[in-house]
Amino acid sequence: MSGNKGIKQRGSKVLVRIFLLTATFIFVYPLVWNLIASLKTNKEIMSSPWGLPAVLNFSNFVRAFTESNMGEFILNSFFVTGLSMALLLILVIPTSYALSRFDFKGRKFLHNFYMAGLFIQPVYIMIPLFLMMNNFHMLDNRFWLSLVYAAGALPFSVYLLTGFMRSIPKEFEESAAMDGSGYFHTLISIIIPLARPGILTVVIFNFFTFWNEYALALVLISTDEKKTIPVGLANLMEVQKFATDWAALFAGLVLVLLPTITLYALTQKKLTEGMSMGGLKG
Amino acid sequence: MKNKKRAAFILFCILPTLLIFSIFIVYPVTQVFIKSMYSSSGFGNNEQFIGFANFIELFQDDIFLQSIKNTGFLMLVVPVITLFLSLVFASILSLGELREKHLYRTIFFFPSILSFVVIGILWAFIYHPNMGIVNEVLNWMGLEQFALTWLGSKDTVLWAIALVMVWQAVGYYMVMYLAGMDSIPKELYEAASLDGANAVQQFFKITVPMLWEIIRITIIFSINGVLNISFVLVIVMTGGGPNNSSQVALTYMYKQAFVNANFGYAMAIAVIVFSVSLLLSFISNKLTERETH
Repeated sequence: MSGNKGIKQRGSKVLVRIFLLTATFIFVYPLVWNLIASLKTNKEIMSSPWGLPAVLNFSNFVRAFTESNMGEFILNSFFVTGLSMALLLILVIPTSYALSRFDFKGRKFLHNFYMAGLFIQPVYIMIPLFLMMNNFHMLDNRFWLSLVYAAGALPFSVYLLTGFMRSIPKEFEESAAMDGSGYFHTLISIIIPLARPGILTVVIFNFFTFWNEYALALVLISTDEKKTIPVGLANLMEVQKFATDWAALFAGLVLVLLPTITLYALTQKKLTEGMSMGGLKG
Repeated sequence: MKNKKRAAFILFCILPTLLIFSIFIVYPVTQVFIKSMYSSSGFGNNEQFIGFANFIELFQDDIFLQSIKNTGFLMLVVPVITLFLSLVFASILSLGELREKHLYRTIFFFPSILSFVVIGILWAFIYHPNMGIVNEVLNWMGLEQFALTWLGSKDTVLWAIALVMVWQAVGYYMVMYLAGMDSIPKELYEAASLDGANAVQQFFKITVPMLWEIIRITIIFSINGVLNISFVLVIVMTGGGPNNSSQVALTYMYKQAFVNANFGYAMAIAVIVFSVSLLLSFISNKLTERETH
């Protein structure tokens, strides 16, 4: 009886594994194929999606840099992502601290105000943003683009960080206040170090948002030299429909994926934990 | 003295952030609603208040009606398939007692952090009629008659895009459900299997009801997520074609604003999309309301 059950269980485990491995194939295939295609010649890409390259054509990557401005796009993306992150942290940390640790008039309203912002997708407001920034000569400028990114990331970041800061025990601040530490000093030297895991979660989540953002970058930046990599790639895709240097396009795709994959490999545990921390306690 | 210092500190903390947020997010939101009642080409002083004329025109605009229909299709189909698959994967991983569970979680989650542009380009090639894997597999299986131009035909293009969205989001919601399932007592499942309930019955009688509150939130997330990702995928993969059969509301809005310089008209579209997504969130919230424990 029990032996029978063991076999049955093992049998269903095999079925489950087959199911999961099929799913794994579907999730991974596009990326593996991308990597292989980036090393093929254009002719090889056209002939079959299965085949491996006869020789590894690293020249595709060279062409991606020299002919398609990939290097410039990547630098712009790093610049915009970094600047947006710095601006976001400067904006979100003090506000989250005030919202989570101080009781003042309008606190609840302010909190709900940011939470309502969760419903605003950047695509909704791209037209008025474009018109307003045009009036103030803020278009085609990477700094203002970064500030818009930071502002757009506020609702979710406020949500994550206030949730985290509430869980820090009050005793640390109280004893600091006893020692005569000012509010500002307490924030810098006590709260920020204690809130590090929460801040890190904010950084990880928003890195992917900033690095991948397309719609606003498409509308707010017009010169090629200032474009970020998602816009650069989409343009390249448009051009390649006629020029058909697919190999260089795939090399470009690999280049965008590298930072994403690296960060994911380093932080995936933190990321999935952050999801259960932030995503659910609504 | 202390109170004054405290008040100054609070203001210092909240004011600059609130100012930036108001200028770059809140003000544009109000502008969407106001400008949707103007005839505006965006630049100069040729704006004219026209009331609801933009909206009336929209409902006689065939392309807009088509794009709203397409958006509605995606908002229905994508969340249903995605969330169902996410729940199935989460249950299997949570109850399957597999050693490599974390590996699957890592892999399935991965597409949700990728750039939508990259996803769109990759899948445009996967669906490619001559060099894509989909048709290659069909030919290999001897099913040549089913090898279609997936993105080039009006019958398949929306489903093709919907499947990409499912692929992108399944892992994300799976991770959310996994976190929720950690808090379901294992004894429930043990008791159920002693009573002879099979895996499917356990799924519908235990997993789904216990995760109900999380499922409700993810439905709303998913409906709203569709709007954003469909914009990028359609621009990159099809440009709205063939013949507007994959045009979604937000790509049509983009086209009206930045190709035709019809800014007022475009903002009326934004207002409708925003209202529809709020309405759908509200309806789904009401429909899924349950008296829980």
